[in-house]
Amino acid sequence: MIETRKNPVQAVSGFFKKSREEWKEFLVNNAIYIVIFSIIIFIIINEPAFLSLRVFKNILTQSSVRLILAYGVAGIIILQGTDLSLGRSVGFAAVISASLLQRPDYPALFFPEMGQLPLIVPLLVAIVVCAFFSGINGWVVAKFQIHPFLATMGMMIALYGILSIYFASGAPGPQPIGGHEMRYTNLAVGSTLGIPNIVIFAALTSLVIWFLWNKTTFGKNMYAVGGNPEAAKVSGVNVLKTTVLVYLLAGVTYGIGGFLEAARIGSANNGTGFGYELDAIAACVVGGISFSGGIGRVSGAIAGVLMFTIISYGMTFMGMDMNFQYILKGVIIVAAVALDTKKYLKKS
Amino acid sequence: MQDQYVLQIKDVNKSFSGVQVLKNVCLNVRPGTVHALMGENGAGKSTLMKCLFGIYKQDSGEFHIQGGQFNFTDPKHALENGVSMVHQELNQVLKRTITDNIWLGRYPKRGVMVDEKKMYQDTRALFDRLNIHLDPHIRLDKLSVSQRQMVEIAKAVSYDAKVIVLDEPTSSLTSHEVELLFNIIRFLREEGVGIIYISHKMEEIFQIADEVTVLRDGQYIGTESIANLTMEKIVNMMVGRNLENRFPPKTNVPGEVHMEVKNLSTRYAPKVKDVSFQLRRGEILGVAGLVGAGRTEMVEALFGARTRISGEVLIDGKKINNANPHRAINNRFALLTEERRETGIYPVADITFNSTIANIQSYKNKLGVLQDRVMKDDTDLQIKNMRIKTPHRREKIRNLSGGNQQKVIIGRWLLTNPDVLLLDEPTRGIDVGAKYEIYQLIINLANSGKSVIMVSSEMPELLGITNRIMVMSNGRLAGIVETEKTTQAEIFNLSALYLNNTREAEV
Repeated sequence: MIETRKNPVQAVSGFFKKSREEWKEFLVNNAIYIVIFSIIIFIIINEPAFLSLRVFKNILTQSSVRLILAYGVAGIIILQGTDLSLGRSVGFAAVISASLLQRPDYPALFFPEMGQLPLIVPLLVAIVVCAFFSGINGWVVAKFQIHPFLATMGMMIALYGILSIYFASGAPGPQPIGGHEMRYTNLAVGSTLGIPNIVIFAALTSLVIWFLWNKTTFGKNMYAVGGNPEAAKVSGVNVLKTTVLVYLLAGVTYGIGGFLEAARIGSANNGTGFGYELDAIAACVVGGISFSGGIGRVSGAIAGVLMFTIISYGMTFMGMDMNFQYILKGVIIVAAVALDTKKYLKKS
Repeated sequence: MQDQYVLQIKDVNKSFSGVQVLKNVCLNVRPGTVHALMGENGAGKSTLMKCLFGIYKQDSGEFHIQGGQFNFTDPKHALENGVSMVHQELNQVLKRTITDNIWLGRYPKRGVMVDEKKMYQDTRALFDRLNIHLDPHIRLDKLSVSQRQMVEIAKAVSYDAKVIVLDEPTSSLTSHEVELLFNIIRFLREEGVGIIYISHKMEEIFQIADEVTVLRDGQYIGTESIANLTMEKIVNMMVGRNLENRFPPKTNVPGEVHMEVKNLSTRYAPKVKDVSFQLRRGEILGVAGLVGAGRTEMVEALFGARTRISGEVLIDGKKINNANPHRAINNRFALLTEERRETGIYPVADITFNSTIANIQSYKNKLGVLQDRVMKDDTDLQIKNMRIKTPHRREKIRNLSGGNQQKVIIGRWLLTNPDVLLLDEPTRGIDVGAKYEIYQLIINLANSGKSVIMVSSEMPELLGITNRIMVMSNGRLAGIVETEKTTQAEIFNLSALYLNNTREAEV
């Protein structure tokens, strides 16, 4: 009989009493936290001013939208999939939100005749639109057994067309949509009790996602379908339904992400969000959400997103050349995948 | 009359793209019995079970469960109505816990949340009932295959099933583990469950089954009580011809020492520890042992496919170094891997490709271009010599039966003109008739002066065709016995020789 549970006292006293093998496993399993920690130490040694509340807040603020988006694609990655249409979906949500929330006195209004809407309306519209398209992705993938890379690539391209048509249909023609209302901008750049609003959004999303993934049938089915679709099927799980639900949830996060992103940037156009999918996927992978499916935690997504933000923010803070950041990021992504493979595949 | 059976299958027909694979098949299972369903590969056993379980839809025919007629449209429907199935390929989510796997598809809920506490307690109760000692919170990838098998059976039981289908449940179990499985099956039988037991292993059928139904080429051949049957009779029903003996005569005569292995050890678990032995020319040396004893690892190490930390290999007294499979092939070694589907065949490629791939270098002309003509001729020769049943050499290998696939793979290695053949479970998942042909092939090879090491989990075939048997236990060599003089009991005792507590914990 195997007992995996230890009581807390044993766990603490046992922490330092590890064999070489156990230390190795510990290092592999916690590599990302060790790397993040090392990067922070490295930056602080070079620039002690990095250790400040302001920097901390900035990093959290810059991570927030990325984290919300990462949750969406993380669910799809857990299903052994991927989503290339994330960026365009976010762009669509951003353009919709921006077009519905311009100051009435702004000279180039998208909808000149429209009055003021409650904030929730543009958010809901963005969510519904993104969920709709993402749901189609899920349905196509599950129904026709098309590889998600291809299905979502098709969606990425088609969505850009649809988004551009909408973008060009506004009263002033195709030009960046700015002049947001203050209450909207405030959602992204304002603070409540000293905490940036956008961070609160990300924290709430994290809680909801954690609950859905770990405490509901939906979440358990998601891990099961991702870990072994055949097993899920013969156990009576509706694989099609689970897949579509995971994609719908992804669409919801894209809707929220796009809504906040337009507010954060202060403007939106049909190029907004371009390439975001790669950032989100990279963050998930680095955070241990495995492409082989069935594996991934909320904490992993958080760690992955934070790591990339810390690298780009920290390196800029130190005055390091942007181009080195790209090299470092690239190396980290591949190294993370190599580690991931080592963790889950049998050694031979 | 109907109530006499817990499950009645009547006149089921099923065809795939015009080929009829089930023709008026019937099966009647009494409650509280183990009903063996037998037949060669491709006889339609699995197809019939998949129709029953709602994975396939039959073209015509009826399924009655406890007198009521059902036509399951999906597995969930079948499970809810008392039919559960342990699939041959163990469909499990390895990265999740035992509880998550057992209650998959029907998680108990409290509000919107999954009721973890109830799941845990129910699992505990279920395990207590079946006398399984495992912590329900363990992740499945921490378990051995046999433990996973137990979990899967517990899951089947947890549906309160009236009918449980076990599709080749022992194909990866050792004899000791089979005994544990049989205890559970006997317990279920006493509870009145009807068990359909699919297996190729005759010994097991006579140990556990009450009745036997045989299918051949998708047709119902007959049902008999086990008391009225003999092994020969079942084989006759299965193959439709008389196989007097399950093993061809051993005509090979071992000569002088061909290969000598000294102190072979490997690095990664399951480890091989300090194994030394000699192999004679023209000899068939069997390798017996429990799952995890290091048998596969030993042959992989000889082939250079596994990291060695020590060991010398001498061929005809000369030291060689198989540092990697490429060098091993140059040293005229060949390895037939255990997992034919995973590491043996290229399923979507044709027979020509599958036959010539290991030897592809030799088909290059001076310009480095592959010579199609020679490749085709070699393939045709193998198809003819080994009597591979296929319409032509362009057929995709995945369309062949397991036995014919195995012949193609053996042919692939023969084209490299090997001297030392390492065969890892060469007859796994192959039906009786094809097995005989593979045995004959192995003996012929030994006869022609090649030396064979054959790893097998099937005691009868080790006793049937080898000259000597080396028994491994927990990575070490427990002993080498003369096949003529040994018994199953001796081999079994040897295979348990070096079992220590750590290994016990895994079993």
